[in-house]
Amino acid sequence: MAATTETSAVAAGGYAGLSARTWRVIGVLAAVAIACAAPFTMTNYHIFQLTLTLVYAIAVLGLNLLTGFNGQISLGHGAFYALGAYTTAILMDHYGVPYWATLPAAGAVCLVFGFLFGLPALRLEGHYLALATFALALATPQLLKYKLFEDFTGGVQGIVLLKPDPPFKLPINADQWLYLFVLAITIAMFILAWNLLRGRLGRAMIAIRDHPIAASAMGVNTALYKSLTFGISAMFTGIAGALGAIAVQFVAPDSFDLFLSIRFLVGVAIGGLATISGAFFGAAFIEFIPNVADQISKAAPWAIYGIFLIVFMYVMPTGVVGMIRVLWGKLRRAIAGRPEGVAAR
Amino acid sequence: METFLHQVFSGLATGGIYASIALALVMIYQATHHINFAQGEMAMFATYISWSMINAGMPYWAAFFITIVIAFVAGVLIERIVVRPVENSPVISVVIVFIGLLVIINSCAGWIFTYTIKSFPSPFPATPPFGSNLVSFHELGSMAITLGLLTALFLFFRFTPLGLAMRAAAQNPVSSRLVGIRVGWMLALGWGLAAAIGSVAGMMVAPIVFLDPNMMSGILLYGFAGALLGGIDNPWGAVAGGFIVGVLENIAGAYIVGTELKLTVALVVIIVTLVIKPGGLFGRTFVTRV
Repeated sequence: MAATTETSAVAAGGYAGLSARTWRVIGVLAAVAIACAAPFTMTNYHIFQLTLTLVYAIAVLGLNLLTGFNGQISLGHGAFYALGAYTTAILMDHYGVPYWATLPAAGAVCLVFGFLFGLPALRLEGHYLALATFALALATPQLLKYKLFEDFTGGVQGIVLLKPDPPFKLPINADQWLYLFVLAITIAMFILAWNLLRGRLGRAMIAIRDHPIAASAMGVNTALYKSLTFGISAMFTGIAGALGAIAVQFVAPDSFDLFLSIRFLVGVAIGGLATISGAFFGAAFIEFIPNVADQISKAAPWAIYGIFLIVFMYVMPTGVVGMIRVLWGKLRRAIAGRPEGVAAR
Repeated sequence: METFLHQVFSGLATGGIYASIALALVMIYQATHHINFAQGEMAMFATYISWSMINAGMPYWAAFFITIVIAFVAGVLIERIVVRPVENSPVISVVIVFIGLLVIINSCAGWIFTYTIKSFPSPFPATPPFGSNLVSFHELGSMAITLGLLTALFLFFRFTPLGLAMRAAAQNPVSSRLVGIRVGWMLALGWGLAAAIGSVAGMMVAPIVFLDPNMMSGILLYGFAGALLGGIDNPWGAVAGGFIVGVLENIAGAYIVGTELKLTVALVVIIVTLVIKPGGLFGRTFVTRV
């Protein structure tokens, strides 16, 4: 998919005496400030929804690293989400590890498993990879229920967790603390992704997506980078899974079915393939649309997801972020009074 | 030994159903090089249609054939309306559209027919044939229907002008167009046939697994495994693969991993095939030129 990448979008041509880059920084800082202030004006239920949105944003970003930036399709990222969630749940429940300390463990486990799954996936392209990961997504609930692991996973019953209390006797409630904690991790993960994509790894990923043969001719170790991308992508999704388990305080096999993986894919497609900020739009979509659509019918959210998936692929293959970029470009040209086509690149 | 034979026979019976799904997948793959992730859901929806007709008092076989016709028309329409616009898009767009289709059909089935599990009648008598418990009439019947379907398809592709045109369109679209074959319609026809085969598979499997909106997800996976094992570009290989997966799944389920991990068997078959012999047992390997 020949989508524009985040870095190349840093167009020249600022406005009101400030460069586009400065505007960007201002925008991000404002968004972070709003995000920090948000929990103090809302009910606990809405805070919980926002927390989950951030969790999904990390997962969607993870999938987008793989699918959008590296061109490998995964329909099975729910499996890595489940792996992260279960790692956290088992560590907290069986070994009494504090919740924050389980995140690196969940990330590491998913990194390793993702890398290992990426090795056979190397030989698969396009549809075949989609198929193999599709199989992974379908088999995940069964594997989680398997009776040999039942002592750890709690079988069909799953594991119930306790909600963490705010530390240092902070004057906020548990939901607000959890939200701020997840927000901090989200910011860290997004900065990590942004830095990864700007560097050597990111360039290699995009080169492999756009032309694998040319990339390997240029000296990019295709096999290593593809597996590594799979691992990193799984790590992001796994950390999201770990945070999701802490936020929902419950893990059970049947919540990690094929439709969870599809939900992440919906998030990627809606937000925009190969964009970083698109993860937030995608996550908000998959978190809030069901709430609206549930009032029509239990099946309605999925029908709406499906219709959005297809319609977006027809009319907006670059997603919400792609659309915003197009509109922003038009707006800027209109303000600058330049004729169309003489854009400020 | 008796139980082992029993497992093999019921494996062959379900294998026949997997073989039909695998065949439907291969037909679409051959023509368009797309893997249709919505194949199972299309079959499931067709089965619901025949269920409502039977419930409305129609005789089984009438409902059976009307369903096949409806599925055929629906398949053609889906190709013309939904798949056509992304025909030449990147793989990822195509996969996303198929997943969208899967989700829409699945949720529509849930919406219209609810998520409660329904029993689906079998057209075959319930008493065991020949006084032995080795195999049931339904298993024999579904095997016979699968084999009949395959023979009919073989004859169609081998001996009719339309079948020849469809093969030509799949093999070399540009030259086919030059000799006056309407390639677009041939693809649509292929989708229609695949949907019709899928609907037969759905109606044959529904008495065994019961009817609910998610009934085909596992079967689709076995169909995939069968198609890959046999070679995704080889219809006969796909059929053989379907039977092999059916037997393998049943024996592994009974003796090795237990019924809870049956789907994982399919996952393992898929990954092992893709890693060791991506072309499948009977398929060709492709070499891409730079």
